[in-house]
Amino acid sequence: MKMEKESKEFANDQRELIHILHEVQNRYGYIPPQAISQISRKLRISESEIFGVLTFYKAFTLHPRGEHLITICMGTACHVRGAPMILDEFKRKLGVESGETTDDNQFTLETVNCVGACALGPIAIADGEYHGQMKTRDVDKIIDDLKPKKGKSAKNE
Amino acid sequence: MNEFNATHLDKIRDEISDSRKKQKTCITICGGTGCHAYGCLKVAESFREEIQKQKLQDSVEVRTTGCHGFCERGPIVVIQPEGIFYQRIKLGDIQEVISETIINKKVINRLLYVDPRTNKEIVLEKDVPFYKKQKRIVFGNNGFIDPTDIRDYIALGGYRALTKILFDMTSEEVIEEIKTSGLRGRGGAGFLTGKKWEICRESNSQLKYVICNADEGDPGAYMDRSLLEGNPHSVIEGMIIGAYAIGASEGFIYVRMEYPLAVKNVTIALDQARKFGLLGRSILGSEFQFDIHIFKGAGAFVSGEETSLMASIEGRRAFPRQRPPFPAQEGLWGKPTNINNVETWANVPYIINNGAEWYSGIGTKGSKGTKIFSLVGKINNTGLVEVPMGMTLKEIIYAIGGGVKDHKKFKAVQTGGPSGGCIPADMLDLPIDFETLAKAGSMMGSGGMIVMDEDTCMVDVARYFLDFTQQESCGKCVPCRVGTRQLVEILTRITKGEDQGRRSRR
Repeated sequence: MKMEKESKEFANDQRELIHILHEVQNRYGYIPPQAISQISRKLRISESEIFGVLTFYKAFTLHPRGEHLITICMGTACHVRGAPMILDEFKRKLGVESGETTDDNQFTLETVNCVGACALGPIAIADGEYHGQMKTRDVDKIIDDLKPKKGKSAKNE
Repeated sequence: MNEFNATHLDKIRDEISDSRKKQKTCITICGGTGCHAYGCLKVAESFREEIQKQKLQDSVEVRTTGCHGFCERGPIVVIQPEGIFYQRIKLGDIQEVISETIINKKVINRLLYVDPRTNKEIVLEKDVPFYKKQKRIVFGNNGFIDPTDIRDYIALGGYRALTKILFDMTSEEVIEEIKTSGLRGRGGAGFLTGKKWEICRESNSQLKYVICNADEGDPGAYMDRSLLEGNPHSVIEGMIIGAYAIGASEGFIYVRMEYPLAVKNVTIALDQARKFGLLGRSILGSEFQFDIHIFKGAGAFVSGEETSLMASIEGRRAFPRQRPPFPAQEGLWGKPTNINNVETWANVPYIINNGAEWYSGIGTKGSKGTKIFSLVGKINNTGLVEVPMGMTLKEIIYAIGGGVKDHKKFKAVQTGGPSGGCIPADMLDLPIDFETLAKAGSMMGSGGMIVMDEDTCMVDVARYFLDFTQQESCGKCVPCRVGTRQLVEILTRITKGEDQGRRSRR
């Protein structure tokens, strides 16, 4: 596992931790246990400290996400325009709760507290693409559109 | 070492302006997040292809700009210099726009905005009621600038304020200017910016930092996102000026990870600023050196609080800590640090260019300047609005926002994020500034305004915000960690009709 930072701007200390975790998460889709021990050796901070940081922030996960990531915005503007109903519809159609991945490893459903596109609420983001002014009847199409594109997931970056 | 100095910059500015004058028409396409979702990139691409096809590339420029603010009507296309405003443009309209408007100089009525009150078609952007009542200072240039090209910003007078302070003003004079202007922090608390700078300047340390807080966590607020995505150089210029005043040599822009386009555009802007000698050693040939790093957040609401944000930059959990010591005394890695919000930084170059007196002439007695609000929820004209402090809620919601959606009755407007409050209909005449909002039991916060109509259940709104704070509690202190959970449970029972009065009396 290669985790050398291209930038040598900073020393190898704790200030690099969040950057490194972002890189690992991006590359592997989650933070594998081996990565934690490697980072621990490199930055000379304890594994428990790294575990503490990575579980504190929502950006990092300890389990791989599905092929496609669907994120529902739960910001205030989306909320008053019916975001909970959109989330429920996704939950029902995918058969998972928020934060879970479908059994076939195709879809992960997550919520976010605001993506800052409030004028378009309610919003669903499918593999990085924004779908604004969602109605419950749009849910099927979003899921179907993602299905055939196997192995071609754009990272939600 | 930089070869660029202030004279070079002026020369470049003149060259760019001259070359721009030759090009008569510019088709600007809003590239904000909202319009992105409506497919503005495809629209821009298609315009470029069509211009090539018609061999018009020498006389017509196509530019993807920052957010125009009227997100409800995206994708938005404005044709300059006339300022013809086309809204909800589809790919099928593009050929016609070129052949009719660009070549034959005829306006296409069906693409114009129709004022719902008068049913009249409006041709020019400045005449659209949504824009007419606004006072766009910080947002003013968004619609003219391609945020990925520093030359656009420079051509419009960008970095002139930096030249002015570097060669004509001492750092004390800069602080005095900002103090006199009355600028207050736009992140929510409203602390006097000049005062904050002064405290940091007086702190004794070789090493000092400035930080731009772009961890815009309040749900329903997205003006910082739009500024960083649409006009990143105004924020960067403000930060360099602040660093000069304080004596800082290093800066950070802490951006939420939920804003990938902002991260991208800021990274490009920083690189270009370095190339133009505006960051790094001996800025514009002066003795001042300063550089800015971008830091991508990792998804925690609490990191918008300044001490948490610094903990996060240090690579730790974003736990807030007691103040004092304030960041201006002991901040990032224990060094004096000045943190300001995106919008605050973006105000700085305008104050330096136009003077403190000009700035303090706008707004109310205690709150100067303009404020950007994100007008969202159940309102007709959703989008970002910049108004002078002191405008009433009624004017913002009805004159600019076009009133409540679907002719429903207005119930309340929520301001100030999760720690703010809901302002009911009988307080609509409230002139908005830091004090009046606090007196009304809410707060300015970062500027989210979520309009709620008669169908919105206020108990559910209360439950929603408690659910939010409970999820986002960092877990450091018991009252928040345990208390918010209890409150959510009580309110959830009420919203489900399960509470028969017994439990709440217990």
